Amino acid sequence: MAISTKEVEYLALLARIQLTPQELERFAGQMDEILAYVEKLKTARTEGVSPTSHVLELSNVFREDKVEPSLPTEKVLANAPDREGPFFKVPQIIDPAG
Amino acid sequence: MSYIPVIGLETHLQLKTVSKIFCGCSTTFGAPPNSQVCPVCLGFPGTLPVLNRQALTFGIRVALALGCGIQPRIVFHRKNYFYPDLPKDFQISQYDLPLGTDGFVEIGKRRIRIGRAHLEEDAGKLLHSAGYSLVDFNRTGVALLEIVTEPDLTSPEEAHLYLKTLRGILEYLEVSDCDMEKGSLRCDTNISLRPAGSAADSLGTKVEIKNLNSFKAVARSLAYEIQRQAQVLDEGGKIQQETRLWDDAAGRTEPMRSKEYAHDYRYFPEPDLVPFAVSPEEVEKVRGNLPELPPQRARRLIEQYGLSEMDARTLTASKGTADYFESCMKAAPASAKTLANWIAGELSSQTNARNLESVAGLPFPPGHLVELVGLIESGKISGKMAKEIFAEALSSGQSPGSIVYSKGLSQVTDPSVLQTAAQEVLKEHPQAAADYRTGKGQALMFLVGQLMRRTQGAASPAISQEILRKLLNDKEKRG
Ligand SMILES: [Zn+2]
Repeated sequence: MAISTKEVEYLALLARIQLTPQELERFAGQMDEILAYVEKLKTARTEGVSPTSHVLELSNVFREDKVEPSLPTEKVLANAPDREGPFFKVPQIIDPAG
Repeated sequence: MSYIPVIGLETHLQLKTVSKIFCGCSTTFGAPPNSQVCPVCLGFPGTLPVLNRQALTFGIRVALALGCGIQPRIVFHRKNYFYPDLPKDFQISQYDLPLGTDGFVEIGKRRIRIGRAHLEEDAGKLLHSAGYSLVDFNRTGVALLEIVTEPDLTSPEEAHLYLKTLRGILEYLEVSDCDMEKGSLRCDTNISLRPAGSAADSLGTKVEIKNLNSFKAVARSLAYEIQRQAQVLDEGGKIQQETRLWDDAAGRTEPMRSKEYAHDYRYFPEPDLVPFAVSPEEVEKVRGNLPELPPQRARRLIEQYGLSEMDARTLTASKGTADYFESCMKAAPASAKTLANWIAGELSSQTNARNLESVAGLPFPPGHLVELVGLIESGKISGKMAKEIFAEALSSGQSPGSIVYSKGLSQVTDPSVLQTAAQEVLKEHPQAAADYRTGKGQALMFLVGQLMRRTQGAASPAISQEILRKLLNDKEKRG
């Protein structure tokens, strides 16, 4: 299967990253290789095996409904690129394609 | 051309766990911004979410009450999208193995199918300013249950009734505040039109409507959208598959800038959460703890108090209203029918006018209604006066009994009743009547006293005097 530069462009949009035309070409090729490698999995026999959603043989790990201390607001905001009072401040949400 | 609307609803219910669904942060509403967040709900690297057991139990409780089957094994997925209200850039939700499937809600004689009910985490809150947005993550990670109908609804009225019925059931379950204003109950709709006469499964292009802040907004937006889509189709146009936002003030839907929600969620299993097995024993335990739900309560009210089916359904639609009715019945053995009429009539219309959730929110406690109905049933006041007294009680907070007492109000202020009594008084005291006519003014006061005595002091002196004088003068003219 061949990944087109158009598909890479769409993925870049979803991931909110900007790629140059050269990068689009390069990543399309690399993704092709990755997918071809992973294709091998299709040859594994999986009849009667339920899909794995977790690698450990664990289930039903719960916590009780108890309030634990949260982080102090100053710590919460410590790494924020921008803030206003107790809020995170982000650029206006704009049309990423426009 | 005429069309049949095909409507589906998605309802998000905030579960009232004290802590968030995957971490121990508090869920208290209205806390200072970003004061109820931690590395887990902020999505810091290296942290692990752990499921709140109570959230799962609440979810099972709702799913069972909606007649859903509970999946023996449930798995959480990551729903990926970029938006600043989501610190992790994905929302932990459920995809192909949701908590509950295939339930229903009965509205009147119709069954609205519930396709699925699943657990997920809430997103944060954005405050938009000119040129930038502020983010508060307190709500991020609060437990939500999403309840999705099949596209079984066919009118805005039906959608409204479904929501009211659903909220009624949810109130009985006591798993959420169900408060639309606080956002603990939220709703999105989707709607398409199909030509009347076409096959029931021939679906048109679906439009999703968001930003619905009240049940009224849901009904209004659907009515608008039906008209808009019909017009597009009638003009030979095509319906765009899109998300539109309801503008309540303008009374119309507007397209959302489509790229803003260019979502392609790329669901995949959440590797940080283990799968969950829900045993049949656990399901039965939760089922055993289910409260009496509206349909059962309606049946009981019919048997216990002899209510009509219609009255019973109306009263049980909201838990608050049914509780109100039963408190009245416990307080005094008044006529169930009269109480039900009052609750479904005057009290409900005031409740709606004030945008309250049930009659229990009115400043008119059950004791007051019992008093009012008692006054009507003992013949002390007329139905018409009762309505006036009710209005007065609502605005002043006084009890109906004390209003009747302090205003000297009662049936006998009704001129027609007083008239008869006054004629009898005149017949019994011809001498006093004659005295009045010959100019003896005090004779009138004597007659007023007699009239008040006859009505046990309930007749107001002013009205008594007026009626007697009129009678005496009329007689004079005629004689
Ligand atoms: Zn947290």
